[in-house]
Amino acid sequence: MASEEQLLAIKKAKVLMVGAGGIGCELLKTLALSGFQDIHIIDMDTIEVSNLNRQFLFRQSHVGQSKAKVAREAVLRFRPHISITPYHANVKDPEFNVDFFKQFNVVLNGLDNLDARRHVNRLCLAANVPLVESGTTGFLGQVTVHIKGKTECYECQPKPAPKTYPVCTITSTPSKFVHCIVWAKDLLFAKLFGDKNQANDLNVRSGDATGSSEHAEDFFERREDEDFEQYGRRIYDHVFGYNIEVALSNEETWKNRNKPKPIYSRDVLTGEFVQQNGNLDKNSHIDDPSTVSAMASLGLKNPQDIWSLVENTRIFLESLKLFLGKREKEIGNLIFDKDDQLAVEFVTAAANIRAASFGIPMQSLFEAKGIAGNIVHAVATTNAIIAGLIVIEAIKVLQSDTNNYRMTFCLEHPSKKMLLMPVEPFEPNKSCYVCSETPLLLEVNTHRSKLRDFVEKIVKAKLGMNLPLIMHGSTLLYEVGDDLDEDMVANYSSNLEKVLAELPSPVTGGTVLTVEDLQQELTCNINIKHREEFDEEKEPDGMLLSGWVQSPQMKKVNHKQVDNEDSTSIVSQPVHVETEDVNETEIVVSTGTKRKSSEISSTSSIASAASVGTRSNQKPEEINDDDDDDLVILDGHSDTLKKKRLQ
Amino acid sequence: MDSEELTEQETALYDRQIRVWGVDAQRRLSKSHILVSGTKGTVIEFCKNIVLAGIGSLTLMDDRLVTEELLSANFLIPPDENAFSGNSLAELCCDSLRDFNPMVRVSVEKGDLSSFGGDFYDKFDVVVVSCCSLSKKKLINEKCRKSPKRIAFYAVDCRDSCGEIFVDLQNYTYAQKKLDDTIERTLQYPSFENIENFLVFALFTGHSLENRGRGDDFSQSFK
Repeated sequence: MASEEQLLAIKKAKVLMVGAGGIGCELLKTLALSGFQDIHIIDMDTIEVSNLNRQFLFRQSHVGQSKAKVAREAVLRFRPHISITPYHANVKDPEFNVDFFKQFNVVLNGLDNLDARRHVNRLCLAANVPLVESGTTGFLGQVTVHIKGKTECYECQPKPAPKTYPVCTITSTPSKFVHCIVWAKDLLFAKLFGDKNQANDLNVRSGDATGSSEHAEDFFERREDEDFEQYGRRIYDHVFGYNIEVALSNEETWKNRNKPKPIYSRDVLTGEFVQQNGNLDKNSHIDDPSTVSAMASLGLKNPQDIWSLVENTRIFLESLKLFLGKREKEIGNLIFDKDDQLAVEFVTAAANIRAASFGIPMQSLFEAKGIAGNIVHAVATTNAIIAGLIVIEAIKVLQSDTNNYRMTFCLEHPSKKMLLMPVEPFEPNKSCYVCSETPLLLEVNTHRSKLRDFVEKIVKAKLGMNLPLIMHGSTLLYEVGDDLDEDMVANYSSNLEKVLAELPSPVTGGTVLTVEDLQQELTCNINIKHREEFDEEKEPDGMLLSGWVQSPQMKKVNHKQVDNEDSTSIVSQPVHVETEDVNETEIVVSTGTKRKSSEISSTSSIASAASVGTRSNQKPEEINDDDDDDLVILDGHSDTLKKKRLQ
Repeated sequence: MDSEELTEQETALYDRQIRVWGVDAQRRLSKSHILVSGTKGTVIEFCKNIVLAGIGSLTLMDDRLVTEELLSANFLIPPDENAFSGNSLAELCCDSLRDFNPMVRVSVEKGDLSSFGGDFYDKFDVVVVSCCSLSKKKLINEKCRKSPKRIAFYAVDCRDSCGEIFVDLQNYTYAQKKLDDTIERTLQYPSFENIENFLVFALFTGHSLENRGRGDDFSQSFK
């Protein structure tokens, strides 16, 4: 397949892989077989059992070890003479600076979260190194090429931030099962087993500041004379019974909504003989706390079953007892972990009972675990296909074969008999704040929002900066660093707590703030506009950032930008758990800025071909998933493309 | 695996793919038996993928001895000449494949597949052939068709940046999901003999389809 020039280019190439997981394993194998001889690979993760169905370089015996290191060893076994340098580290670490990136001919991403992708994007731009991006979810996948100045960068088309939900939806008016999961995980579980000092909205009730909230603090603590069963039922009755009744008393809320039903344990477990510390004995022979399971002790074997309200109630009480009885030491420090069987059982049961109360269909443990743990469904074959495509693009990049770069989308079902859809990359978005320095606009109440809010929610979360520097004119308002002296640190700390208008260099309407991340070599100017009011539900942060100017012929199309993080968390806790997940995206596609627009007539067809309704949270705006015939992209141009194909 | 439910071990290992194709498909996969003849390139990729997917058993047939050319796209065989010592390609691949998934029975069968009788073929649900002549492929396809049970037949080859896959699922009934409901569809596949020219699955600007042979093709063939 390869010409002499290609072989030479491959042999000389120094390649960086970011990620040694699903895509990474396939990619490393394919690179090695294709003749690459100098490969560096960064991955901060260790191997888990659920990886083994597709990350084939790993074995059961490797569970717990570094992915980068084990991958290297596995590949050296069939290509002993190539050089693979593993880094068991986070790509966002300062050691991977612009100079580090500059040593490579091309960077190949096999990441699973938006944050890291943006970070690598910026470093590649700063180092002027080509980037081949990719992602997979189930049967879907894509590969894209990003060359500074020539194509869009990864952030030219805004990717949506991880999905969060308004607090009131979670605490008072859930309408989907995922709302119940978030409630069970981030509120109830956190309240009962997590850090007691952390603020928790569990007992939030609209406009209710009665004296009962005084003892709300201690309410969730088990009383001295209470056994596990009594405690469990008290909590159950409070959150599923009493709290619902209180919510019902506010008629306004339920004017246009279905009313929830309060549920009390005595009504569910009618006639059940209350056993003191009941089934604890069944688990007493188990020494290892991590294998303790309520399902096991209640004889519920199948994680695919949807439990009845009675069964959910039993699981709720049993798992609570098991936490108290077998894992007391961890209580107060527990964070929900999808691989913690007991935690998953508890959250499933709690979410189901809440769902039952609100008339939302209940789900199996298997489903619930997927939602609560942000699990990405994955198979080996898609990763193999994508890895192959990555290498093909990488070889083109090494030869600067600019005209042949392609973004390739791998569909679930063939469209016009094609499973792979190649599209030419688009030109850079002139108003992309990352690769084409464009100022942004921030609407904020400068008398209410603090610098801290700005740093956390805008600079870090929205702009994806890691170690930011914030300046107003020549005044440094905030920065992060190891070598700062005490005075400055104290100054910055106090600045964080001030509202914008009261900063040493006051930030008001008309101010321009400059934010920078030295590691990413990204500078961004933000124009501040003062605004008094913000919609609590739509703009819960009280700040609105805008500024991506969209080119004239933008068509909003629906395509799955696969494999980006999507934490099911509520707004007030923007902790982005770095797990894998799909993020459905509205890709804004410009027809006006393609380099060879004659080849591809309508970009809305990308969506019709690419969109498939596998995830429940997809907005079916332009789904055209029935027929195989609508790949408009080829109509009238099929000859041209056919010619290209059969070169 | 004859039990109706998946074991805990299987559920843990296959979690991510069960979320793609469901528990039922996974169960069927675990009961399926696949025969592969000609262990090179594309077929090796296929073997990796299908073993990871968790089939019941994989039987390999390839009596050829190792050569440098045969090793070129083979990541299953360590290039250690001492390890070769008279072992056939199939035998060497077999050891590695077993490692990928200890729950799959991987074994080797010697001989020329096209000369085997119907009772041998009857053991399998799927036959995949590669690296053999047109006439042999035709012969093997005929034997698959003669069997009382439906044996899916795939002929795979890959050369340079072109690849081809011939598929014969005989009379194939499957469920197609539309927006609101599911429709039953039936396809009649022509036999190998009935195809005069191969459809060369062309590739966009050099894209190689080497990695085809997805799990979904196979899970569908069990419906």
